[in-house]
Amino acid sequence: MVKMMTDMLGWVDDRFPLTKLWNEHLAEYYAPKNFNFWYFFGSLALVVLVIQILTGIWLTMNYKPDAELAFASVEYIMRDVNWGWLIRYMHSTGASAFFIVVYLHMFRGLIYGSYRQPRELLWIFGMLIYLVLMGEAFMGYLLPWGQMSYWGAQVIISLFGAIPVIGDDITLWIRGDFVVSDVTLNRFFAFHVIAMPLVLLGLVVAHIIALHEVGSNNPDGIEIKKNKGPDGIPVDGIPFHPYYTVKDIVGVAVFLIFFSLVIFYWPTLGNWFLEKDNFIPANPLSTPEHIVPLWYFTPFYAILRAVPDKFLGVIAMGASIFVMFLLPWLDRSPVKSIRYRGMLYKMALIVFVISFFALGWLGTEPPSPVKTNFARLFSVLYFAFFLLMPIYTSFDKTKPEPDRVTS
Amino acid sequence: MTTDSVDDDKRRFIATAATTAVGVVGAGFVAVPFIKSMQPSEKAKAAGAPVETDISDVEPGKYKVVEWRGKPVWVLRRTKAMLASLSSNDASLRDPESKESDQPSYAQNEYRSIKPEYLVVIGICTHLGCSPTYRPDIAPEDLGPDWKGGYLCPCHGGRYDLAGRVFKDVPPPKNLPIPPHRYLSDTRLLIGADEGVA
Repeated sequence: MVKMMTDMLGWVDDRFPLTKLWNEHLAEYYAPKNFNFWYFFGSLALVVLVIQILTGIWLTMNYKPDAELAFASVEYIMRDVNWGWLIRYMHSTGASAFFIVVYLHMFRGLIYGSYRQPRELLWIFGMLIYLVLMGEAFMGYLLPWGQMSYWGAQVIISLFGAIPVIGDDITLWIRGDFVVSDVTLNRFFAFHVIAMPLVLLGLVVAHIIALHEVGSNNPDGIEIKKNKGPDGIPVDGIPFHPYYTVKDIVGVAVFLIFFSLVIFYWPTLGNWFLEKDNFIPANPLSTPEHIVPLWYFTPFYAILRAVPDKFLGVIAMGASIFVMFLLPWLDRSPVKSIRYRGMLYKMALIVFVISFFALGWLGTEPPSPVKTNFARLFSVLYFAFFLLMPIYTSFDKTKPEPDRVTS
Repeated sequence: MTTDSVDDDKRRFIATAATTAVGVVGAGFVAVPFIKSMQPSEKAKAAGAPVETDISDVEPGKYKVVEWRGKPVWVLRRTKAMLASLSSNDASLRDPESKESDQPSYAQNEYRSIKPEYLVVIGICTHLGCSPTYRPDIAPEDLGPDWKGGYLCPCHGGRYDLAGRVFKDVPPPKNLPIPPHRYLSDTRLLIGADEGVA
């Protein structure tokens, strides 16, 4: 029996590099032995991606991308389709879970300097994934055709109208109509279910290939490849499988506990995961009293609102995302990990985290003069974290990095 | 190897460059139908017919919403006090004389309307396309003591006066647009066309 299996594997290996792939990416991919809980979020993002694709396919079986039918078809899924409510709540909760996991994954990269040389491309692939994910989430949000869907899309598409000269033609081209309409819904459906997911999958593969080429960073921010044993294996490395596959499964179990709690007990999460205005069918004649994007966009939305000029506001919002791409070149510190950084960087990071959360909250609030001034303050701090980074990271008093990873 | 007179590397380079250039041009041509396919279809372009509405039931200080090209058009019947208050806003407006804004020439005046009493305006904020809220109340708590009635956009705090003129220091760049319109009679209004018959 064992011989038969081995022979079969040999037959495959002669025709397809199965064992080679398995070894390169799992059994003989040596990851630093000092990973902590921050390292769960990469594999969790992959799990959520699978959940979204699976539930998404099942939702398309009953969803109708037609302005007349869309809203009712979602309600049909919720009420009449067997287990439709579960699949729909998995998908809607999965969208928010995706962003939670990705934000934590990005924050991990930030504190341990995982974007630094030689992982610049890895970071850029990750940022592209984040961008596509935002597009995917935005287009998916139009599909239920509720009030928030409609007016959210109206606002975001109008952002492109701020581009001088060609702006209006671009918005017309995106909508395919003079207003957000059935045409827009139909094409957003096409982008959401096929175009964006294809790009997303390609980028995820590129992200993982780049990671396995340069090797994982770790909480100490030192290169384990610099210290290899006589067998050519990093002394501080352990095979990803079985060590980290098993560790990650524990992470998945914990994640699924929280995920299930939301799905079964609190799918709207008090207006944070599903907004109550989106349970009202889209009405092109009336904007809801208080329109906000879902929470994962609100920090950038607050920056947009903070600028009292249409074009500059859009530029500021775009810049707030684009500036993250530049991180590998903004950081001049001799060390990567926060463990060996000085007070300057730690203070800057605290200010950044506070600004990000504050902007995220302000973006959900109705605009008022006081709140707008706060949004301006935190927008400045947000940008200062990035733009002043070359200065404060070069002056920062760092601690010496260890030769070997610590626990 | 090669003969003296022929440079194979150069030949190969030229052949590759020429093939690539032709390929890129071809791809460019093929991209055109895909891009143009996303432009508004003939059906979408045709769906812009003018709409006729009866304004006799609009009371002073009230408004009605008419749908034209999928957008809300407001017909606001302004009171004498409202009209009188307009000029006092001029100093705090971005474009008080509507020079940079969109309106037919017959509506580019003090009241931005054909008949001062009726304001006919597209209710879509020039910032990012939300539909502002009608706020006729004088000096409410949330809008400050200088508020003389107008429109407030719930999305990004855009403010307009009762002639749809935008205030300074808020995001919208232009005044609310005035659609082409004309009066068929004292009580019948045609929105979407200003000449010919409906």
